[in-house]
Amino acid sequence: MATSSVSKGCFVFKPDFKKRKISVPIEDYFNKGKNASEDSKLRFETYQLIWQQMKSETERLQEELNKNLFDSLIEFLQTSHSGLRKNSKDWSCQIKLREIPTAALVLGVNVTDHDLTLRSLTEALQNNVTPYVVSLQAKDCPDMKHFLQKLFSQLMDCKVDVQSKEKESDRVTQKNVHYSMDSLSAWYMSITQKADPKVQRRKRTSWQCQSPPVVLVLKDVESFATKVLQDFITISSQHLHEFPLILIFGIATSPVVIHRLLPHAVSSLLCIELFQSLSCKEHLTAVLDKLLLTAEFPFKLSGKVLQTLTNIFLYHDFSIQNFIKGLQLSLLEHFYSQPLSVLCCNLPEAKRRIRFLSANQCENIRRLPSFRRYVEKQSSEKQVALLTSDRSLKEETQSLLENLHVYHTKYFLVLRCLHHFTSSLPKYPLGRQVRELYCACLEKSVWGSEEYASVLQLLRLLAKDELMAMLQNCLKVFQSSSAKELGNTAKKIEELLAQFQSLDAETKEEEETSQSQSKELQKTDLYHLQKSLLEMKELRSTSKRRTRFEVLREQVVSFIDSLAREYLLPPDTQPLHETLYFSSAHTLRQHLNAAPRVALHTALNNPYYYLKNEALRSEEGLIPHVAPDVCIAYKLHLECSRLINLADWSEAFATVVTAAEKTDANSVTSEERNEIIHLQCSVY
Amino acid sequence: MPHPENVVLCRESQVSTLQSLFGERHHFSFPSIFIYGHTASGKTYVTQTLLRSLELPHVFVNCVECFTLRLLLEQILNKLNHLASSEGECSAHITCETFNDFVRLFKQKITEAENLKDQTVYIVLDKAEYLRDMEANLLPGFLRLQELTDRNVTVIFLSEIVWEKFRPNTGCFEPFVLYFPDYSIGNLQKILSHDHPPEYSADFYAAYINILLGVFYTVCRDLKELRHLAVLNFPKYCEPVVKGEAGERDTRKLWRNIEPHLKKAMQTVYLREISSSQWEKLQKDDTDPGQLKGLSAYTHVELPYYSKFILIAAYLASYNPARTDKRFFLKHHGKIKKTSFLKKHEKTSNHLLGPKPFPLDRLLAILYSIVDSRVAPTANIFSQITSLVTLQLLTLVGHDDQLDGPKYKCTVSLDFIRAIARTVNFDIIKYLYDFL
Repeated sequence: MATSSVSKGCFVFKPDFKKRKISVPIEDYFNKGKNASEDSKLRFETYQLIWQQMKSETERLQEELNKNLFDSLIEFLQTSHSGLRKNSKDWSCQIKLREIPTAALVLGVNVTDHDLTLRSLTEALQNNVTPYVVSLQAKDCPDMKHFLQKLFSQLMDCKVDVQSKEKESDRVTQKNVHYSMDSLSAWYMSITQKADPKVQRRKRTSWQCQSPPVVLVLKDVESFATKVLQDFITISSQHLHEFPLILIFGIATSPVVIHRLLPHAVSSLLCIELFQSLSCKEHLTAVLDKLLLTAEFPFKLSGKVLQTLTNIFLYHDFSIQNFIKGLQLSLLEHFYSQPLSVLCCNLPEAKRRIRFLSANQCENIRRLPSFRRYVEKQSSEKQVALLTSDRSLKEETQSLLENLHVYHTKYFLVLRCLHHFTSSLPKYPLGRQVRELYCACLEKSVWGSEEYASVLQLLRLLAKDELMAMLQNCLKVFQSSSAKELGNTAKKIEELLAQFQSLDAETKEEEETSQSQSKELQKTDLYHLQKSLLEMKELRSTSKRRTRFEVLREQVVSFIDSLAREYLLPPDTQPLHETLYFSSAHTLRQHLNAAPRVALHTALNNPYYYLKNEALRSEEGLIPHVAPDVCIAYKLHLECSRLINLADWSEAFATVVTAAEKTDANSVTSEERNEIIHLQCSVY
Repeated sequence: MPHPENVVLCRESQVSTLQSLFGERHHFSFPSIFIYGHTASGKTYVTQTLLRSLELPHVFVNCVECFTLRLLLEQILNKLNHLASSEGECSAHITCETFNDFVRLFKQKITEAENLKDQTVYIVLDKAEYLRDMEANLLPGFLRLQELTDRNVTVIFLSEIVWEKFRPNTGCFEPFVLYFPDYSIGNLQKILSHDHPPEYSADFYAAYINILLGVFYTVCRDLKELRHLAVLNFPKYCEPVVKGEAGERDTRKLWRNIEPHLKKAMQTVYLREISSSQWEKLQKDDTDPGQLKGLSAYTHVELPYYSKFILIAAYLASYNPARTDKRFFLKHHGKIKKTSFLKKHEKTSNHLLGPKPFPLDRLLAILYSIVDSRVAPTANIFSQITSLVTLQLLTLVGHDDQLDGPKYKCTVSLDFIRAIARTVNFDIIKYLYDFL
């Protein structure tokens, strides 16, 4: 927008309401890309479908993971005020009454994720314990007054919906009321007495009691002002008998922080119970397990992309939400940039879609590097058929795609199986988590790596019971799946296990013999003993007699090795993998791990990158005179090494700018321009 | 109504002083009385029971609840109103903004009310130390309320702080100061034995209290806390009696049974780290308390990889003098001995002086040099610094508004940072100037 103003400054533009109403439907953005024509609508729909599936899957998973924590919390909340409710004359209860039940909920340092957890917690509490659940944030409560004000207004909102009309009339009067604990407890009295019969009649009988407790969730206890928190706890402990409060502290660091915030006098008013949520690394493993390490979703990430996403998670934020957002971004980017991503759906649907592929798309398939490699390996007649006839191409694509899906089902089974072997080795050469192994396998053929060799080395040193446990785990993996192709493998493992068991009997015999030998040794004198020991040593060093166990162990190792070599081929060896794998890690990094300084440098050094103005396009080393002044000044400053003479700098600047204008500019304007330039230079 | 002496234990002299101060109902009492003493020394309890049992008209206000002037004044007036209209007729809410209004309304109320006319009205301000943070005229005003209103009123202040800390600069009316000394061990024994459970005899409970005090008296003299401990551990003490293994008089056996449990409870005095219910569960199961740890056992904080390094860098920047950075982080720094560049004021350990503020640039420079791989200064790194600030592991020095070159301090302890450094295999001691 333009102004008529001469000077620089900030100008406020009111939005043009008529313009804003024309909003572009989201799928149209898909059309604007470089690969506009190809099935953009279909791709968008597929994207939405897959994303919906993934999202519901993660939500389900999160619910499952939180269930334990929530259940124990709810139990704690339900029982915590029972002493009050019973109105019991129990001796110990009378004395203990002053303690405010408090749940210290350790959520981990990923503060951004807390919101989601706490929101679902609130929901769970509202369904099970009490309708009065309030959550406060530190930034809302700089002092006591605001604290109570927020508490009050939120409590009003979660009031039971029946009397909504009365509420409005109430609200008007409330404005004059000063917020104090007294008024709060008065309100609570009125609400419980009024709502009594109604509550019991309505469906939510789970509140069971006449006086549901008020749960206050403090989202980030660390950042609360200590004085506010202390005062609030002191006050509410005074009113506890008429205002049954329960506190939930959302803690990001460690529970010790409570003692840092509260002095003894205050902390002795609380009755703290600790609840720990799942560690975020375990959470990540679960999410990866459900979303990526499965053949259920056709969409896959390449090694680099997965590495980028997990690195951001582990190195920077520990936030599952961000990880899932990153996953969504890569999904979106994949469907946006890859025209053949229409085939990224379940197999029957993909086969159907192949039949309707346009000539253009067929051409796209032929252009895929993986497909070209595949074609080159075929016989010449077939090559011709594939490259010329769309029909044979489609048939071939169908079978290739099917192969790809079969490859995936086997791949993950074998991957898990291998993980059982590698995860318990000392020093974890291939990583402790499945994701590390997966990354290694995605990058290149894993058996070529040093780590893999050391894994095999270590496996050769394992004891029998360890090996058997591993084999049993693998057997479980294979049995759990329905894939028939790997039935043979399962049988093979069973055989191996049986052999191990039969080994037991033999080893016993061997032990007996060796024991008898040692008995003989004991009887002899020192000289003989030394002699025989030496003999034995020689015997061992010369002929390394392999026991049956060693032979068997070798068999197991080679079995694992063959499995890996057969099934853990890296995905880029598979034809058509481009349709399912998203590999542009660079784009992802640009979006998710932005570097402000780099961006600034790019903007100054190469203004075309952001402005997209053809006039700014320049070759290396040239400074276009039409570039923004800042860019010119910056580039000139880059040319000098360390120190820059201001006069030289402005002189150079003037030369660059005026160079092209010599023909048409009259002297007056260039004079003016110099003036401005000098001013600007002095700013830098 | 029982006589106050029977209800209030071990505070006979204070009660009698107060009673003589109060005098007869219609007498004018001392305008303001200041009662102070340590936590749980019976100030509130004595005053409250005394006023109640003598049926004196009084208003009891806790100053913590009244965080604004208006709330405080209104609460006093409303309670007074309630007092005056004894027959349940609820009159309208009084609004009162200033102390001047308060004096006027107060006068009006007293003259209106029939039942308050010829007797002293008491206003008790509990936790009076909060008054100091409110408006400056409040405390002097309350001190001479009798004079200002010209009515028969006495204000009683209850506080844990000595009067000298209250006295405003401008001078004021001196109240009558009454000190409540700490309870002696005998007193504690007497008071604690007083609330024995109905199921057991008083002697049995007294014996228990004796044991309890023997263990805890050295670490804790707070009556409230002792009472809590007594309640918490009593079921365990009774256990042999309930099971029939020991009689109520079998003190030695009971002592042997309870002693280890009390020792365990010793670790959690005041902290309330595990809830009472958890404690009871623990005692029932008779498990090792090591399994159910208190809050202080969980000091470990899981942080992202770079956050750990940022924290380490911040710690180094906070505790090392900036001049020494060259020595620690440059490869060819030459030999600089500690003694040669010690300045006089730096002879004291930096760890004793506490963390010093450092600019963001220094933090980043140290970060880049201690991380093995190359770290790009991405937005994520900067947001991690901010999130460390929200976690209170770093603090921002100066005002939030200062966007250019913010300064930070590292607030974590040496033990904490050593634990963090160990997880990333970084020998932090080698980089600390104090341990050179």
